[in-house]
Amino acid sequence: MTLTEKPNIQQDLIPVMKTVSDPEIPVLTVLDLGVIREAIEENGIVHIKLTPTYSGCPAMDVIGDDLKKAFSEIGKKAEVELILSPAWSTDWISEEGLKKMEEYGIARPLSETADKDVLLGEKKMVKCPQCGSTNTHLVSQFGSTACKALFKCDDCQEPFDYFKCLK
Amino acid sequence: MKHLYNYILTIADNSLILAQRLGELCGHGPSLETDIALTNISLDLLGQTRSYYQYAAKISGEGKTEDDIAFLRIEREYKNCLLVEQPNTHFGYVIGRQFLFDVYHLMLMEKLQYSPDETLAAIAKKGIKEVSYHKRFSSDWVKRLGDGTEESNAKMQEAIDDLWRFTDELFFTTDAEKAKGKEGVGIDVSTFKEKYYEEVSEVLKEATLTVPENKYFTKGGKEGVHTEHMGYILADLQYMQRTYPNMTW
Repeated sequence: MTLTEKPNIQQDLIPVMKTVSDPEIPVLTVLDLGVIREAIEENGIVHIKLTPTYSGCPAMDVIGDDLKKAFSEIGKKAEVELILSPAWSTDWISEEGLKKMEEYGIARPLSETADKDVLLGEKKMVKCPQCGSTNTHLVSQFGSTACKALFKCDDCQEPFDYFKCLK
Repeated sequence: MKHLYNYILTIADNSLILAQRLGELCGHGPSLETDIALTNISLDLLGQTRSYYQYAAKISGEGKTEDDIAFLRIEREYKNCLLVEQPNTHFGYVIGRQFLFDVYHLMLMEKLQYSPDETLAAIAKKGIKEVSYHKRFSSDWVKRLGDGTEESNAKMQEAIDDLWRFTDELFFTTDAEKAKGKEGVGIDVSTFKEKYYEEVSEVLKEATLTVPENKYFTKGGKEGVHTEHMGYILADLQYMQRTYPNMTW
């Protein structure tokens, strides 16, 4: 991660933002997901810069509204701006977020090259979040949301989502 | 400013109309996985469209919103190419249309990401990640259908043969494209025309399909002269705003 990609978040705003989660993956907070690029309080107004995971991610509007609501509950006004650059990457999901994701039943993104191999169905590397086996296969390159692909475990037979690597 | 506005729409309208076409398949895809995939692609394209329209609305200086641009124009004001408005005749057409567009779309985004216009560059950079995934999906299916059964091969070939005449228009340059190209902000699409046909042909050959040789091409969409299908698309797309003006969700 280069320096420009490091988010600029004011420490005392973190507890409030921790209460806002991704509506599609409720175990992840917006901070775990790495979509908050800036959060600064100036003259009593909280300015937040939010970046979408995917261009058409419908969760973004909801997240923006949820952030405003969370701050209004503690009597603060928040303004949310959507920014596109630099483009979000799965590298920005925190380690804690990745762990929570796995516990929730979504396999974590692999490295870029490994991701390509598994999505082309060439290698078996995605770990089943239920039983831990890597004897899994790709069912569909597109899953329940834009950020996920659909997999199935050939050992425990459970279908599951895999969070696609995006870089 | 007018040229920039029109230039943004030249790119964005392709994404909007194709997204609308793919959206028609929601719940009607040939299998659950392809249904989800096609609507996922639709969503990506719609997201890109929103970013472009928000930018266009901002620079228009007329107090417009992204919704005005999407819903309140007449047919002649849409600048999408004819390819993307072609109907979902059968799955071969859906894939053929997607493939012929994706190859072009990715090449365009790869150039646009270096535009000195920061907003366009940011949208393109974000879009590349999505569009390369779309291209992977559509090329995969061209190969699977082409190199599949006799029937799937015939249907894929039929779609490619039929859609081929719309490919040349992708490289036709409108006044806005010429003006922005000259400034270095826009992309001169003719520069990757050869590369486009090379790449498309390569995939078609791998799919055991015949690369069409007909030299009859049709154009007009980019200048607002659309095929008969466009009116029906807009009737659907604009229905709510036309029936209940200024309604909000």
